[in-house]
Amino acid sequence: MRYLPLTDEDRRAMLAKIGVPSVESLYRDVPAGALLKDPVDLPRHAGELEVERAIGAMAAKNLGTGSVPSFLGAGAYRHHVPASVDHLIQRGEFLTSYTPYQPEVTQGTLQYLFEFQTQVALLTGMDVANASMYDGATATVEAVMMANRVTRRKKAVISGSLHPHYRQVIETYGEHTGFAVDAAPYDPEAREDILKKIDKDTSCVVIQNPSFFGHLIDFAALSEAAHAVGALVIAVCTEAISYGLVRAPGNTGCDVAVAEGQSIGNSLGFGGPYVGLFACKEKFLRQMPGRLAGQTVDVDGKRGWVLTLSTREQHIRREKATSNICTNSGLCALAFTIHLTLLGEAGLQRLAELNHATASNLADRLAKIPGVKLLNETFFNEFTLALPKPAIPVVEAMARRRVLGGVPVARLVAGKPELENLLLVAATETVTEADMAALETALKESLAEVK
Amino acid sequence: MSAIRYSKEHEWVLVDGDTATVGISPYAQEQLGDVVFVELPEIGKKIEKGKELAVVESVKAASEVYAPIGGEVVEVNNALTDAPATVNEDALGKGWFAKIKLANKSELDGLMDEAAYKAYVASL
Amino acid sequence: MADRPSGTVAAAASSGPGTISGNRGLMLEEPLIFEQGMAGRTAVDVPEVPKHQDRLGGLKRQNPIGLPGLSEPQVVRHYTRLSQKNYAIDMGVYPLGSCTMKHNPRLNEKAVRMPGLADLHPMQPVSTVQGALELIDTLAHWLKVLTGMPAVALSPAAGAHGELCGILAIRAAQVAKGDARKRILVPESAHGTNPATAAAAGYEVDPVPADARGRVDVAAFKAKLGPDVAGTMITNPNTCGLFENDIQELAAAIHSVGGYFYCDGANFNAIVGRVRPGDLGVDAMHINLHKTFSTPHGGGGPGAGPVVFSDALAPYAPVPYVVHGKGGFDLVEHDETGKAFGRLKGFHGQMGMFVRALAYMMSHGADGLRHVSGDAVLNANYLLAGLKDELTPAFEGTCMHEALFNDSFLDGTGVTTLDFAKAMIDEGYHPMTMYFPLVVHGALLMEPTETESRDALDRYIESVKGLAKRAKAGDKAYFEGCPYHTPRRRLDETLAARSPHLRWKPEEAKKAAE
Repeated sequence: MRYLPLTDEDRRAMLAKIGVPSVESLYRDVPAGALLKDPVDLPRHAGELEVERAIGAMAAKNLGTGSVPSFLGAGAYRHHVPASVDHLIQRGEFLTSYTPYQPEVTQGTLQYLFEFQTQVALLTGMDVANASMYDGATATVEAVMMANRVTRRKKAVISGSLHPHYRQVIETYGEHTGFAVDAAPYDPEAREDILKKIDKDTSCVVIQNPSFFGHLIDFAALSEAAHAVGALVIAVCTEAISYGLVRAPGNTGCDVAVAEGQSIGNSLGFGGPYVGLFACKEKFLRQMPGRLAGQTVDVDGKRGWVLTLSTREQHIRREKATSNICTNSGLCALAFTIHLTLLGEAGLQRLAELNHATASNLADRLAKIPGVKLLNETFFNEFTLALPKPAIPVVEAMARRRVLGGVPVARLVAGKPELENLLLVAATETVTEADMAALETALKESLAEVK
Repeated sequence: MSAIRYSKEHEWVLVDGDTATVGISPYAQEQLGDVVFVELPEIGKKIEKGKELAVVESVKAASEVYAPIGGEVVEVNNALTDAPATVNEDALGKGWFAKIKLANKSELDGLMDEAAYKAYVASL
Repeated sequence: MADRPSGTVAAAASSGPGTISGNRGLMLEEPLIFEQGMAGRTAVDVPEVPKHQDRLGGLKRQNPIGLPGLSEPQVVRHYTRLSQKNYAIDMGVYPLGSCTMKHNPRLNEKAVRMPGLADLHPMQPVSTVQGALELIDTLAHWLKVLTGMPAVALSPAAGAHGELCGILAIRAAQVAKGDARKRILVPESAHGTNPATAAAAGYEVDPVPADARGRVDVAAFKAKLGPDVAGTMITNPNTCGLFENDIQELAAAIHSVGGYFYCDGANFNAIVGRVRPGDLGVDAMHINLHKTFSTPHGGGGPGAGPVVFSDALAPYAPVPYVVHGKGGFDLVEHDETGKAFGRLKGFHGQMGMFVRALAYMMSHGADGLRHVSGDAVLNANYLLAGLKDELTPAFEGTCMHEALFNDSFLDGTGVTTLDFAKAMIDEGYHPMTMYFPLVVHGALLMEPTETESRDALDRYIESVKGLAKRAKAGDKAYFEGCPYHTPRRRLDETLAARSPHLRWKPEEAKKAAE
């Protein structure tokens, strides 16, 4: 076995030193009958070539977004990630290091986390950010629970703009951990009046920008109304590239900004692992979940970094911790921070503009197809089309034409006939002129084909 | 003005009229190490003897401070928010946590005087 | 009140003559990106933006973000230099108990980057991701066979998330029976996530003491049982590195009051291929793929924490899950039974970790996985045997995958567990886990894993013994100054916590320029 250094001779000598006859005898505390004498019923060990072949065979059965025109979004976006990102995150000193609890031997990790926290705070316009969460959905529910702690209230108001999975995660946590969730109907045309749901029992209002349906949201009136009754505004974003072009939540009165950071630095990877961003106003610092890297000095007076304020966390606070999170998303946060460092201010802004321009031109094109209606007046790089037919079979028909033409809303929200014909279409910088033409054709043909 | 009294959980109480000032003992601050944060109760909070009054944090630990006597919180030492080190420097003086309006003076009877507390600490 | 040493110690040593640059040979100083960036510069050439209709609705960003601009060579050098300030498994022994720092095979990294996996969008039509679903189904099969459990939920993002998944399934099962309960029994030796998880799910955490053997005190456990007990969370092998030999009795006891047995599977690596938790009476258990199945720790994640379930709890598992449909594999994303307790995460789980874990399992096979656990236990016992005369083992007898010592061998030396650990750094090792589990005074927990050679263990043992001798010889001052040879020496954690400085601010640049 290529990963196991011990030889049989080593094992014999080591057992002699320990003073036991066999490895099995080290398992003497296992109840009789529960110790297996033979290997379980699974294949035997395999060489690198065989394993690569087996997994490669499974990979080959998939239609990768990189091999066909692809317009998929709904919370996960295909962007070009510079080659240096993947090279750098695979350095063993990053890849095979643990959580930086020993700061003297993990200054590398700690410094990039400090830089990551700064970047996230800058992007969102917030005072402070943590060192990452699992993903956007879990970051959002953690924000809701933080708002419950801060306000000592137990009712979250959820906008119809929020990603359905995020909503479902909040509802799951609410049902089982004891807070109320007042969710507005899904809002594909950005018409909701969420203000009327906010009252003195509301801990927070959760709203997504750009919305799940693509619309851009003005937080001004909402922030005012929420703050008037002491509730927090949680601004969710599932497309982090939009921060380059759209007004930041911290500049529009929001209290907490959470986001899915996958778009920057991380591949689609069939849904994970991704990286949750979490930022807020400084006054909530000690109620924040997750790890924090902080600046300090060493005994020689040199600047350095440590994990700090860890008394909030489970390994010290146990049942009184702000969150039960232990492992987070370190390596995905590294990919995020490297990609964003490569982009810089100028690169990010231009990339965001290119995304917007590409999507805007695509929307013009698709809206001209007979029977297809564009539901958005505003959007960043994703918009909603109302089709004359149910979206799920149309998307399947397009896939047969080797075009991944969008995400049907009904895939994420079941049992809502009024959403059945809605299709989310995203266009990033990876979309070419030819891709757009292919989508236009595939959509026309598929609409004709589907009954 | 009565003499200082201590609880087994290392809180001290000093009663003046019907108001008691509460803090943690020098022994407690020494065990805790450098105090980095103190979470104080809200003014007006009614608290029972033995229940959590405040939280004191060092780098590696967070410890509850229990109310050695019950009553209503009438004042808190906000200076600790900016200068938590005061708890280390002057635990029995400027490092006080809160003032509580006593609900039941007889609760003081169960607490130790200076000599008894010293003996108690020595036995630990 | 807690009894812990402070993180700071007065400076005792010099690091040799100074240099003009502040660098010391291969030890290179590296400023923050914000201190070397220039506005306008970028390392990404973005194509020209075509003409288009602006659809931002007046919500365009008004002010600059403040991000620095660097070129690619600067960026590559920055992160390369940062990487060189880290210790890693790739560099040496990383005996961090309870964290399982084993070798991370690079085949797994190659597999996850195959275009047919890396480029998949989670919301593609299932007809276009049959291979991905097959992979998930294969992983599920391996996990079910290895644990002897009939069902698995794959979506939890890490161990603690898996714990929540298991506890919510228990809750849902009892609520469905109209029997919502209040208390969860958690041993005092448990990892902090256990009580944090139980509390997050609204339960009262009732701690169970350990007995003199480092196991759950069975009598105390039974005394706490009652009709309001929802279940228990027990780590096995436990955090003291010992197998809970009364595990079946504990399981039967919790079942007898209608409670469920949640097993924290953080230490499954000690028994994989040899013991099936399903044979021990477990109802739910998470598996840290980043521990047992070697997906890289990545400086603190990402992980993955699939949860296996007994028949009793399986119907309450969250969405999504893969099923065998008519035309191939299908993905159930919306619960139609009304039993699933909900959804824990966006999309389908940590696919990238699934690929790596499956590559690891297939490489070892049913036969190799027995060596994985056996060699891990053998290596830990070899450390225990090699160190037991110089250090003080916390408990009698042999251990499982990790060896636990208390600090009584340091009594009277003035050297603390923390000092000792920092001295390990100068010897070229990552320190062992310190002060955990809490039930052992000044705990030092060492987990060598199966991927260390005997030679490496021999050298490690010699270093630890040498340090113990040095401490006993009265060289307290040396230990207080450790480490001496790292990019930074002991850091002031009190300062960091008293005056939190959690991000760089533009004013700092201005101040520096003045």
